[in-house]
Amino acid sequence: MVGVGGSGGGLMLTTYLGGRVSGMHEATAIEVRELRVVRGGNVVLPGLSLSVPRGSVTGLLGPSGCGKSTLMRAIVGVQRVAGGRVEVLGRTAGEPSLRGQVGYVTQAPSIYGDLTVRENLEYFARLLDAPGGRVDEVLRDVGLDEVAGREVSRLSGGQRARVSLASALLNHPDVLVLDEPTVGLDPVLRRSLWELFHRLASAGATLLVSSHVMDEAARCDELLLMRDGELLASGSPDELLARTGAGDIEGAFLALVEARGGAS
Amino acid sequence: MRAVRGTLATAERVLRQLRRDPRTVAMLLVVPVLLVVLMKGVFAGSGAFQRVGVPLLGIFPLISMFLVTAVTMQRERSSGTLERLMSMPIAKLDLLLGYGIAFGLLAAVQATITSVVAFSLLSLHSDGPAWAVVLFAVGNAVLGTALGLFVSAFARSEFQAVQFMPLFLMPQVFLCGLMAPRASMPRALEVVSDYLPLTYAYDGLRLVATDGTWSGELLRDVAVVTVAAVASVALGAATLQRRTG
Repeated sequence: MVGVGGSGGGLMLTTYLGGRVSGMHEATAIEVRELRVVRGGNVVLPGLSLSVPRGSVTGLLGPSGCGKSTLMRAIVGVQRVAGGRVEVLGRTAGEPSLRGQVGYVTQAPSIYGDLTVRENLEYFARLLDAPGGRVDEVLRDVGLDEVAGREVSRLSGGQRARVSLASALLNHPDVLVLDEPTVGLDPVLRRSLWELFHRLASAGATLLVSSHVMDEAARCDELLLMRDGELLASGSPDELLARTGAGDIEGAFLALVEARGGAS
Repeated sequence: MRAVRGTLATAERVLRQLRRDPRTVAMLLVVPVLLVVLMKGVFAGSGAFQRVGVPLLGIFPLISMFLVTAVTMQRERSSGTLERLMSMPIAKLDLLLGYGIAFGLLAAVQATITSVVAFSLLSLHSDGPAWAVVLFAVGNAVLGTALGLFVSAFARSEFQAVQFMPLFLMPQVFLCGLMAPRASMPRALEVVSDYLPLTYAYDGLRLVATDGTWSGELLRDVAVVTVAAVASVALGAATLQRRTG
């Protein structure tokens, strides 16, 4: 079974029974089994299996190029897959009924540069059938209410990223897939976004947040450590630290890589 | 209901984006007028202006909307907004129809301005009513939008999208009867032209200009242009992939 480390730790969290996660189903929002993705002739994900618990903030950590974005695209249903299964809320990823329930924020802000912040959000709100007042609410949530009337092309990179994030929040999605949402943001803002993520999770949403910065790990309830298209380990930050005896997640990551046979 | 909402929201969004780019809008509206004026000058001594004037009024929107759409759609792909939309509850067809409506409206304005200038200032004559010319122009614009959407699926950059114009439209312009009567072409080319939508767009406009009655031939031309526009929107929707590599 791909994705389960061979280092024998009792804290390798997922046990598989006939390809299904034992007893976790109701508590699982995203379930990935033997996912294989080939992009441009390169095997990006050779057979990835993992699961994301409901109502949590799960961090997807790993160096850039390890397949985080590809995995996220597969979860959202915009990635062509070569094999395996991805289930979101018990349904096949990308199913039409999921499109209103899964919010997705790409790594590069995917918004219209020639429209104002508000115009962008109003367009997406109409597509998502979100009530009128939501635009103002999400603008406040991401701290952009003061630039609502400004054209997106005049915003800073960090502000654009937040417009992109706000667009995904409009319809209160049950699952939020965020690809490096806090890159390049100042620490104060980063902290307030992580607080927002936790507020959303405590309201019942499931968040999968990717980052290549290991120090964001401490802010997550659960972690998925990825490298070269494979899952190195999963568990809560404390569990991973305890298991590897490392002082921080970066150290844990290194220990896990070494336990697997070192750097390739 | 959801479908109509997605279509209208998209049309409105595209028009808002255009409004933010007044230079492009101005060029779309003014350049055809300048070209018609230029044509009038070029053909001053030959009477050919009368022959090609009306068809050209209807063909300009096809070319300009093709270009605008191909580039806009390519931009939508490269900016990631298309991927976002594909993860949202909007049907592909609604997205394309939204584009069609927005650019169709723009084409109506474009064709109206060009026609007013041509008919009133440049003394271009048409037996059929001027509104029929404008209507054809709008139909052609929707066709151009649909073809632009379709080819944008095969372009990997805005640069490539623009290159599809000479590849996709110029042969149709050459073969449609505007340059030379189709009957005088080699048989093989004439047969090819039978299958190109622009042939019918040209023929319909020619009939409006020289006949002006609703003949069976004109109805056929209108029908072919309409079917071609609908078919290319459908093709565009089919080439738009929710899942990409």
